[in-house]
Amino acid sequence: VILSQYLIVSAGLFAAGLFGVLVRRNAVLVLLSVELMLAAVNLNLVAFAANRGDVGGQIFALFVIAVAAAEVGIGLAIVLMIFRNRSSANVDEMDLMKW
Amino acid sequence: MSDWFSEPGNWWFLLLGIPMLVGAARAVTSPNIVRAVAYFVLTLGGLAGMFLLLGAEFVAWTLVLVYIGAVIVLFLIGIMITRAPLGRSVDLDHSRRWPAALISLAVFAAMSWASIDFFGDEEIVPEIAGRTGDVGESIFTRFVIPFEVVSFVLLAALIGGIVLARRDPESEEASE
Repeated sequence: VILSQYLIVSAGLFAAGLFGVLVRRNAVLVLLSVELMLAAVNLNLVAFAANRGDVGGQIFALFVIAVAAAEVGIGLAIVLMIFRNRSSANVDEMDLMKW
Repeated sequence: MSDWFSEPGNWWFLLLGIPMLVGAARAVTSPNIVRAVAYFVLTLGGLAGMFLLLGAEFVAWTLVLVYIGAVIVLFLIGIMITRAPLGRSVDLDHSRRWPAALISLAVFAAMSWASIDFFGDEEIVPEIAGRTGDVGESIFTRFVIPFEVVSFVLLAALIGGIVLARRDPESEEASE
């Protein structure tokens, strides 16, 4: 088992998440794509933890999971606020701060 | 390359990795919003399996509990609350996809080239670190301050979520 195979799978996940963030219009799906990118980071951290024989990488992955959970909670609350005010959750209709 | 295929761990890797990447690709391209979430569950399941392969049991089960258990439910609630179209819909994506596809392909190529170039065929020997006892011990000794900070972040997120999601009492009085 080599390290690069995990890194390549993680790069694939990250690229898929990036595509989703750029292409999706629904704010909930944008958040989901961000979670995909965070999952890729977690895979990298755990793979490096196994490579170096150090448990620190796994703990970092746990912290990333905790912060991602907080982020989803706040993010969905913000989406809910925007939906209440503008009755739409599409990111390209939020152009109030666009120059 | 034949050495690579003769190792049983790599078969498990392929068995988990291919559905995982297909799930990730479908999760960002599916025209049906609920199915996109379901494909995301598939990806997370594959990811948890990979964590198990790497000897990170505790992280794998935390991922299953926190993500597949809680975050997915939150996503589904978010979809229902914002009255997203539940069936197939054509306007879920921007009309121009090619620039985004090009950028993400370029990022994928750059990242995988960099990791192959730097790490080559460096081996992983799983299950050296990663027993759950070691994780617990390390959290409460070496990482105790970050652990407290993360719990504070969760508390702040909890309060922030309540403050954001509840209706403003003053504006409600004004409208009545």
